[in-house]
Amino acid sequence: MSEIPILSILIFIPVVGIFFMLLIRNNDDQSSQNLKHTALWIAFLNFIISLSLLFSFDLNNPDFQFVEKYAWIESGISYHLGIDGVSILFVILTTMLVPICILASYESIKFSVKEYLISFLALETFMIGVFCSLDLVLFYLFFEGGLIPMFLIIGIWGGERRVYSTFKFFLYTLAGSVFMLLAIIYIFISTGTTDVETLLMYNFTTNEQLILWIAFFTSFMVKIPMWPFHTWLPDAHVEAPTAGSVILAGVLLKMAGYGFIRFSIGIFPDASEFFAPFIFSLSVIAIIVTSLIALVQEDMKKLIAYSSVAHMGFVTLGIFTFTVQGIEGGIIQMISHGIVSAALFLCVGVVYDRLHTREIARYGGLVSKMPFYSFSFMIFILASLGLPGTSGFVGEFLVLLSIFSINTYFAIFATTGVVLAATYSLWLYRRIIFGALIKDDLSEMFDLTRREIIIFLPLIILTIFIGLYPKPIINIIEPSTEKIVNQIKMKLD
Amino acid sequence: MAHSIILLPLIGFLISCSLSFFKSNKFIDRAAEIITSLFITIAAIFSFYIFIDNIGDPSVVSIKLFNWISSGSFNADWSIYLDTATRVMLVVITSVSALVHIYSIGYMSHDDSKPRFMGYLSLFTFAMMMLVTADNFLQLFFGWEGVGLASYLLIGFWYKKPTANAAAIKAFIVNRIGDFGLALGIFTIFIVFGSIEYQTVFSNVSSFKNVNFNFLGIELHALTLICIFLFIGAMGKSAQLFLHTWLPDAMEGPTPVSALIHAATMVTAGVFLVVRCSPLFDLAPVALDFVVLIGASTAFFAATVGLVQNDIKRVIAYSTCSQLGYMFVAAGLGAYGAAMFHLFTHAFFKALLFLGAGSVIHAVHEEQDIRKMGGISNYVPITQLMMIIGTISLMGFPFTSGYYSKDAIIETAYLSNSNFADYAYILLTVGVVMTSFYSWRLMFLVFNGKTRMAEEDLSKVHESSSVMLIPLIILAIGALFFGFLFKSYFIGYYSDVFWNGSIVVHHEDHHSIPLLIYYLPAILGIVGFIIAWFMYIRKSDMAKNIAELNKPLYNFLLNKWYFDELYNSIFVKPAMAIGQIFWKFIDGLIIDGYGPNGIAALVSRISIKAKQVQSGFIYHYAFAILIGLSFIITFIIFRF
Repeated sequence: MSEIPILSILIFIPVVGIFFMLLIRNNDDQSSQNLKHTALWIAFLNFIISLSLLFSFDLNNPDFQFVEKYAWIESGISYHLGIDGVSILFVILTTMLVPICILASYESIKFSVKEYLISFLALETFMIGVFCSLDLVLFYLFFEGGLIPMFLIIGIWGGERRVYSTFKFFLYTLAGSVFMLLAIIYIFISTGTTDVETLLMYNFTTNEQLILWIAFFTSFMVKIPMWPFHTWLPDAHVEAPTAGSVILAGVLLKMAGYGFIRFSIGIFPDASEFFAPFIFSLSVIAIIVTSLIALVQEDMKKLIAYSSVAHMGFVTLGIFTFTVQGIEGGIIQMISHGIVSAALFLCVGVVYDRLHTREIARYGGLVSKMPFYSFSFMIFILASLGLPGTSGFVGEFLVLLSIFSINTYFAIFATTGVVLAATYSLWLYRRIIFGALIKDDLSEMFDLTRREIIIFLPLIILTIFIGLYPKPIINIIEPSTEKIVNQIKMKLD
Repeated sequence: MAHSIILLPLIGFLISCSLSFFKSNKFIDRAAEIITSLFITIAAIFSFYIFIDNIGDPSVVSIKLFNWISSGSFNADWSIYLDTATRVMLVVITSVSALVHIYSIGYMSHDDSKPRFMGYLSLFTFAMMMLVTADNFLQLFFGWEGVGLASYLLIGFWYKKPTANAAAIKAFIVNRIGDFGLALGIFTIFIVFGSIEYQTVFSNVSSFKNVNFNFLGIELHALTLICIFLFIGAMGKSAQLFLHTWLPDAMEGPTPVSALIHAATMVTAGVFLVVRCSPLFDLAPVALDFVVLIGASTAFFAATVGLVQNDIKRVIAYSTCSQLGYMFVAAGLGAYGAAMFHLFTHAFFKALLFLGAGSVIHAVHEEQDIRKMGGISNYVPITQLMMIIGTISLMGFPFTSGYYSKDAIIETAYLSNSNFADYAYILLTVGVVMTSFYSWRLMFLVFNGKTRMAEEDLSKVHESSSVMLIPLIILAIGALFFGFLFKSYFIGYYSDVFWNGSIVVHHEDHHSIPLLIYYLPAILGIVGFIIAWFMYIRKSDMAKNIAELNKPLYNFLLNKWYFDELYNSIFVKPAMAIGQIFWKFIDGLIIDGYGPNGIAALVSRISIKAKQVQSGFIYHYAFAILIGLSFIITFIIFRF
């Protein structure tokens, strides 16, 4: 199996798909229907191929697997791909969410369907590339490249204030990344390579580490996002079409979390240790402040967007504890959030497609008309507030456990976030779903269609399965995480 | 058999909730009712069997089902762990749950979503079993939050009622605050002991007797810290003072729910937790003092509020709150067996009272205000008889179940030389009078005296159907005889063998108690009865006059010591205000104002200026060149 360049195949299948779709030139309903089917099948095919990774993945090997390495620009810069226990799940999360996104866009996208679908497939290429790259230049290329299709998705198919939001999103993330680019150039000049495997072994001086760490951090902090650089996220989510929000919350935010694990703590351990209290502080502020903000939102998407910032706060908390539980918790929290927040945005999309408003006050009493919808929504709300038995609990618990062993102050404040999460989540649910159905325009609401059930079903199953039996996932993550933790400990000593 | 006890409610829940998605019809409703009730009844029979089977010669069964979370050195399994404490809880849970399921068939007969209701009841039962059969703290936490979820769903069952929704959310959130404490306790246990499995923790506890833990920069006795965290969790679930506010509101749910969750089982989970962790608590005297203090204060506080409430269910809810305080006092004084014993008997007589109240509410057409009842004893004789049995057991009338368990607690308080034992003894003794008074006040206002109902309503008052009355009768048997039957096992001669090391058992010499102290609770109970009789039967306007005379005190009690108002103004409103400030002001004005929007504005300002420079007039440019040139020349000349 190792003979086949499976990662390259995963990355470039969407590109091949794009060429196929360019062949369809007509602009009528029938051909746009064909385009949707084509895109869906391509994305689904990619998902199936990515699943094969799971079968041939060696659970006992903590190193990079499925490695491909070809000379590229110069001697030190190569086309180097590979995945380990940390990244494999993100690849699968991506390939799983893209077909769901395409399926979710079947009804809601009315114009320029071809361009929309092409943007999505291009985005998939970039996202998979980010998680597979083992070369900083390649990583940067994919990391930034993803901005362009996302920019188009929000800017063209978005809501009323889409232009403002798009530019805010684009400039914010680009500005952050400039520093990362500078850092990469510096690394290449001083070490002669941008190869990640080599750099993981390289020892930078402490001063170098501090500066390079800040450069990488600036980029990741904006993207994950951490308080106070989070304000682009609610705007971007609100204006993005449903599928755009899904992919933004589901995958794009995770690229930064992945970057923290792979680069920040991997290559710059001293600096990471030095800055850990700073990260903890920002994370805890994010958890509490954005939860309180979520409490007073009147727009469903904004509420979920703010809750995403809070959830990502747990991720950064966990990663910078440098413990096995913390990093594993962070990864599981990201996977879970990738499923749950994606599902929550889909839930918003379902009612938005019917009533064309995201204002919470316009809803109420939907359970009378939409029992299946209410049930699905309930599962995701419970996962979002971290109920044991759902995927949301596992990550949060491990993160809190690890931070409590490091520093009780941060742990106490972070744990209050769990109480606040319950408050805003249940309050949202109650206002939309419960109560008597009295508003006139709601009487036309109908329950989930078959297409929507197909979208929600895998997400529900995964949410509960990971909640009750996360062992398969932990088995995948654990060897690589332990390796990272041991390496850091070795370097720090 | 252990497997099926756990699985039956789960299967019942899954089937019943699947049925609830179908369009409601007679067949589906009946199927859901029969399946869930039957499954729980079988589980109850099994539970009784393993309870009785092990009573003389208890064994410990530990079954590991499969791994749940294991990360690094952290490990937690799904498990079934059966020791005596678990078996007692299983009997309580399954038997009350089975009776409540059956009762609900009658009580909910006019409701149009029966499968959903029965499903939720089974879900609750399942979660509660997970809680008690855990062999580690994480599964306990799963059950702990699971029952919280079921409670949330059931309180908000009538989702069209805004008050029910509000109460449901309140219950969940206040419980979450308690869970916050429990979670911190679990973290500390893991860090101190390196494991969260009961057996590892409890068997090694003595070697950690003197370990300190650095919490918020302060070195604290680790066990004390752990126990206080755990107890905060218990306070939330068992509605103890400061975290009690959700329980009275929870009465918005259907009455069978109140009987099962908010009287017999879920609210006693806190007591179970303390008793389960008795090896830890026993070595943390400061934490035990804290438990006594909170327990006794709650017992007193809730009883005072119960004196003046007018909603039939709220009176009983405050009574539950108060009785839970009694249990905590027992646990805090080291009489863990007595705490479990009161938990056991209380489950039966309090479920009886609640289901009786449900029968009354049913009879008087969904009215819950006892000021609008009265004089219905001839119409509902069986219900009245059952509620009298519940009441005398609650007040501790000699030889009823409540008498044995409550007396044991009060005697322990009298004998103990713990720091707050006297405080507890006095408050509990006063509590006995109040308990008896509010219970009989309720009974007299509901059943006796002149009716305050409209004539046509009164004529429609009817006794409940037998599907509701039979559970009442079975519970009444428990309320009368279980105390006598099981006394020697729980707290008496056989207690060492019976508990078999599952909880810590201390022996006290109850023979040294003066006769007066021994009979005092029974006497005070009768005093409470006489006062109630005098005020509500003999001179029925007396209560009103006393209330008029002591208006401030009456209002203070009627408004439950103003806890809700206090919390609203110090927690809820500020949280909302802070959220608004951070959103509109910090995010909107400062971050966006100076960040992206500010920079964007700056850029456009600068570009406007830059645009002005490019005027297009030759002489502007020539002038600029001239100035520039003279600057350069000046610079060169002076430089050299």
